Amino acid sequence: MICKQNPAKVHLTQIVGDKMQKVDLCDDCAKKKGVNDSAGFSLADLLLGLGASNEIAQSSAGEEIRCPNCGFTQADFKKAGRLGCSQCYLAFAEGLEGLLKTMHKGTKHVGKVPTALRQSRDLNERLKHLQKKLEKAVTAEDFEQAASLRDEIKTAKDQIDHLAPKASS
Amino acid sequence: MTIHEFLSLPAETTRRAGPHDRIVMSSRVRLARNLRGLAFPGWAKKPERIKALEIIRPAVESLPQLNGAFSETMDNLGPLDKQILVERHLISCEHMAKSAGSGLVLNREESLCVMINEEDHLRMQALRPGLQLRQAWLAIDQVDSELERKLDYAFNSELGYLTACPTNLGTGIRVSAMLHLPGLVLAEQINQIIASVNKLGLAVRGLYGEGTEALGNVFQVSNQMTLGEIETDIVERLNKVLLQIIEHEENARGMLLEKKPKFVFNQTGRAYGILANAHSITSKETMNLLSMMRLGVDLGEFPGADRALIDELFIITQPGHLQKKFTEKLPAEERDLIRADMLRERLRQVGRPTPKPPPNSGAALDKRN
Repeated sequence: MICKQNPAKVHLTQIVGDKMQKVDLCDDCAKKKGVNDSAGFSLADLLLGLGASNEIAQSSAGEEIRCPNCGFTQADFKKAGRLGCSQCYLAFAEGLEGLLKTMHKGTKHVGKVPTALRQSRDLNERLKHLQKKLEKAVTAEDFEQAASLRDEIKTAKDQIDHLAPKASS
Repeated sequence: MTIHEFLSLPAETTRRAGPHDRIVMSSRVRLARNLRGLAFPGWAKKPERIKALEIIRPAVESLPQLNGAFSETMDNLGPLDKQILVERHLISCEHMAKSAGSGLVLNREESLCVMINEEDHLRMQALRPGLQLRQAWLAIDQVDSELERKLDYAFNSELGYLTACPTNLGTGIRVSAMLHLPGLVLAEQINQIIASVNKLGLAVRGLYGEGTEALGNVFQVSNQMTLGEIETDIVERLNKVLLQIIEHEENARGMLLEKKPKFVFNQTGRAYGILANAHSITSKETMNLLSMMRLGVDLGEFPGADRALIDELFIITQPGHLQKKFTEKLPAEERDLIRADMLRERLRQVGRPTPKPPPNSGAALDKRN
């Protein structure tokens, strides 16, 4: 199926997360990909090498997307299997989503976050929460509470300004 | 100081002990990180790669964990130096091919190694002997947390750490262990094990990682998925699977000894016979036979040898290490002669194997170590 020449003799199924993936290979392709090799092999590698880059290319029906930061194109991704820069993830977001789904446990990062970023995120959330409370207090004409909320908001804003500039994104 | 002067002797490194080191040769956790705004090393032009290196290298060198480290750019290392680093599992085959614009920082204990401008701007790894994945994770997590204060990482709150290859996206973590599994290979259970490990979304690879052969019955098991799961869960999951593989390996050894002791002693005895008496031997044959001898040592067949000696031979008979003493590159046939000379010499102190009658149960075998 992969070389689309010889009949498939090796049929491979791998379960990744809760998804089942199947690949059919002829003897030659199987050997080339090391499917029979005792050193082991993984379907994800195989899919990445062959299917993944196609998926990206197809997602944008003909017209070529180019990363505005580094000039990387889909054709480059197809060739290299790697992206050009961190901005490419934005430029090719649409095509990448399906790929990430087949490759990983989820499509949202849940692991480690740089501390400065985490602090700024927490502060921004606190700021939003305080602003909502302030609105309510004003509507309820509870001016005493509104005044103290205003102070708290000011402190939170100062803290955000104090964080490293890189934390702003 | 050259890398040769810096690296500890294999005789020392192989004496570093760790839990389950009878089967788990080493544990490793690596993190992939990139700088915001700069093209990934594979796409960046040379000046941009050099710029990244100049930002990253001093930041890495300034870490307390890397005090007194060996730090060098790849163009200042010779092909033999690089080969030796690969044979020690300190750099990847991919990094070996790099030159100007790439670098390496390695700590004194050889337990922390940072590759600069490999596939990603930063590939930092913590290494530990035996099964110590948690310790390796804690060590590298700390290095990363200190580096993030000095470097502007490419990070996105949805996708996590942004990496050159989407397979590393998110946590950028690769947790792996190197296992010696002669029992499962001899019992012909290894393919079954590999298949079930693959089903769990984990990869099984050969001695030098991606796309390499399982020489000497050494396998690398690692996580594949990096996005949608937290680091400690990935570490714990792999740890659990590794403990199961260890159990299967011990069971396979116990079963072989009980049901086919002659088959096992034939393998270990022949391995010793060839290694101790050959006058020409390839690196591949050496590794496969040393694997059998290592099994023999584990089974108590070689009172005059210990695992560290076999592990040392495993390293020093590889092409790079073998040629270290020689100024120029030797042809393969000549290496085979020198390798055989070295093995005969080193194995002179090791007496012939004395197979012990199979123990009453596999349990006695498990308790050793």
